[in-house]
Amino acid sequence: MSQKPLTLAEKVWNDHLVVKGEDGAPDLLYIDLHLVHEVTSPQAFDGLRLAGRPVRRPDLTIATEDHNTPTLDIDKPIADLTSRTQIHALRDNAKEFGVRIHSLGDIEQGIVHVVGPQLGLTMPGLTVVCGDSHTSTHGAFGALAFGIGTSEVEHVLATQTLPLKPFKTMAINVEGTLRPGVTSKDIILAIIAKIGASGGQGYVLEYRGSAIRALSMEARMTICNMSIEAGARAGMVAPDETTFAYLKGRPHAPEGENWDAAVEYWKTLQTDEGAKFDVEVFLDADHLDPFVTWGTNPGQGVSLLDSVPNPDTFDDPNERAAAQRALEYMDLTAGTPMKSIKVDTVFLGSCTNSRIEDLRAAASVLKGRKKADHIRMLVVPGSARVRIEAEAEGLDQVFKEFGAEWRFAGCSMCLGMNPDQLAPGERAASTSNRNFEGRQGKGGRTHLVSPLVAAATAIRGTLSSPADLEG
Amino acid sequence: MEKFEVYSGIAVPLRRSSVDTDQIIPAVFLKRITKTGYDDALFSAWRSDPEFVLNKLEYAQGSVLFAGPDFGTGSSREHAVWALRDYGFKAVFSSKFADIFLGNAGKQGLVTGVISDSETEAIWQLLETNPGLEAKVDLVAREVTVGDLTVKFEIDEYTRWRLLEGLDDIGLTLRDEQSITDFEARREPWRPKTLPAKGA
Ligand code: SF4
Repeated sequence: MSQKPLTLAEKVWNDHLVVKGEDGAPDLLYIDLHLVHEVTSPQAFDGLRLAGRPVRRPDLTIATEDHNTPTLDIDKPIADLTSRTQIHALRDNAKEFGVRIHSLGDIEQGIVHVVGPQLGLTMPGLTVVCGDSHTSTHGAFGALAFGIGTSEVEHVLATQTLPLKPFKTMAINVEGTLRPGVTSKDIILAIIAKIGASGGQGYVLEYRGSAIRALSMEARMTICNMSIEAGARAGMVAPDETTFAYLKGRPHAPEGENWDAAVEYWKTLQTDEGAKFDVEVFLDADHLDPFVTWGTNPGQGVSLLDSVPNPDTFDDPNERAAAQRALEYMDLTAGTPMKSIKVDTVFLGSCTNSRIEDLRAAASVLKGRKKADHIRMLVVPGSARVRIEAEAEGLDQVFKEFGAEWRFAGCSMCLGMNPDQLAPGERAASTSNRNFEGRQGKGGRTHLVSPLVAAATAIRGTLSSPADLEG
Repeated sequence: MEKFEVYSGIAVPLRRSSVDTDQIIPAVFLKRITKTGYDDALFSAWRSDPEFVLNKLEYAQGSVLFAGPDFGTGSSREHAVWALRDYGFKAVFSSKFADIFLGNAGKQGLVTGVISDSETEAIWQLLETNPGLEAKVDLVAREVTVGDLTVKFEIDEYTRWRLLEGLDDIGLTLRDEQSITDFEARREPWRPKTLPAKGA
C-alpha cells in the first residue's frame, strides 16, 4: 500500500484522532499531557464545579505555580493579595480534583514550560496543551504542543480531548553554522523579523536544516518557544539522537521495553521524503548576526550591527504606522545605531531563556568582568531545579559578584505580574519573548535579546554582544 | 450559551492595528479568579486617555467594534474575550484576527467577522462623521450594516453554526464519550503519566 508522504505535524495529528470531523466539523484530538498554572485555570475549574464534572485524567495533568509567584522571600506569605488568591485557588483546585501540583518552595516548582521537559514528561509524538501561548516550547521534542484558552482548559480537564481544525504547515529551513556569539535566540528573532509577527498564523512551523540539527535540546526549546511570536500555533523539531539523549533517565521517561518501543516509534517521527509543506522559508545561519528588537512586537527586529529603521522605508501602510507608533513608544529615533542604545535593566529569565545552558552562557561572559554602574540586572532561573543546578556549579556566585540579583524561579519580569517590573520609561534588554507595550511594566521599554547579548549589555550599559568586549 | 442571530448596537471605530491581548486586557487583571466582571479592565491603559474612543460619550455604550488588522494577537488569555463581553461587546470586526483569539471568542458567543481593510476604513469614516450610529449584525445573512453601508463578513462556518444554535463545547464532545474511552484503550504504555509523581 503506497501512502501519501506526511509531514511530522500531520503524523502526530493523525495518531491522536479520536473522531474525524465531518462536514466542516473539527477533528476531535486526544491530549497526552495537560500543563496547568494559576492564571488561566481557576475559571476552568470553576466551570467544572458548576457543571458537576470531574477531571477525566488527573494522571495526564500537572500543575505548577509560576506566573505571579514572588522571586524574593518565597518563604513568606505572598504580599500581593490577588496573587495570593490566585495561587491559593490553584492549590485548592488541585486538591479537590486530585491534580499533581508543584507549589512555591517545592523542588519541582518553576515555569510550566521548563518543568515539563525537565521531568521528562515532554516527549516526541505527544500532544501537549497548556493555557499559555508559549506551550509551543515543547515542540522542540517533536511533540505537537500549543497554547489554549481557559474554555479549552476546561474542555481538556473534562474530556482529555480538544475539537480542532487541522493547521497548515510551514517549513523553516535553517542551513549552515552559527558563528560564535550567535545563538538559537538570534535564529528565531531573525525568522520572526523575516516572516512577520503574524506570518505564521494558521501554521505549524517545522524547524529543519543543519543549523537546527546542531542545536542542543534547550536551544531548540528557545526557538520553538517563540513560534507563537510569529503568530504560529505551534513549532516543531523532528526528534533525533539529541532528543533521545536528553530524555533518557529523566524521572518520567519510559524505561526498559517501553523505552525501546518508544524510541522505535519516535524514529518514525520525521517528515517523509516528498511530503509537501504549504509554505517553505529559508534562513542562512552562516551569516547571521546577534539579533535584537527595536519595536513593540517581536517581528520588529534587526541585526545588532544595524540601526533603528526609518518607518518611511516600510511599504505596507499598516507596518509603517506600527513602526512609527513603536518608535514613539520606545523613544527611539530612526538611524540610531542599535549598539548606542543605553539600557537601564537587564533581565535574564523567562521560559525562552532561563534554563541551565542560558545561565551558563551568560555567566561565561560576565565572569571576571564589571557591571556598568547604572545597570540593574535580574537573573531568574526557570525552575527551582535550574536554580539548584546553577548553585552547584557556582553560577550564582558569578552573578552575585558581578552585581546581579540572584532570584527564585518563576516568570518574573517576563510579564511583570509579580513585583519584578519595569518603571515607566525604563528600558530593558530582556531574554524573554514579548516586547509589547507595557508587557514588563506600564510604560516599560523592552528590547528582546539572547542571553549572550544580555550579558554583554550589562557590562557595557548599551546593547552589545560579547564580540564588543574583546580588546 | 445564548443563541445569536441578529443584533443591533452602537458601533465603535477603533483605529488601531495589531491590538494585542495585552492592550485589550493588561496582565495585572489576570489575577482575578472569577469568570465575569472584567468590564473595567477592557483597554484599561488606553482608557486613562480622555481622547480614547470609548471615553467619548457617543461610543461609551458601544457593543460592536470595528478594529484594524491583526486583532487579538499575543497572549492566549481568554480574559480578552471576557473583558470585551463584560463591557457589552457582542461582535468585533477586523480584516484579520489571531487564531487563539478567534477560538476563544467563538466559545463565549462573541461574533468575530472578517471584513476587508477598505471596508473597515469606510466604516471608520462613516462612524467618525456620524458618531453613535448603530451596527446591525446579521449572523444568518453574514452581513453587517452601518448607516446605509452593508458589507458581507466572513466567519468560520462551524463557529457560526454553534453561535446560531447556542451550543456548548463540552456537551458536544461528551456525545463522543465512547470513542474517547476506546482511544484510551489503544494508547501505548510508554506515553507519560504525571501520577504517581516521580522527582528528578
Ligand atoms: S515566562 Fe513569560 S512567556 Fe513564559 S510562561 Fe511565564 S509569562 Fe509566559
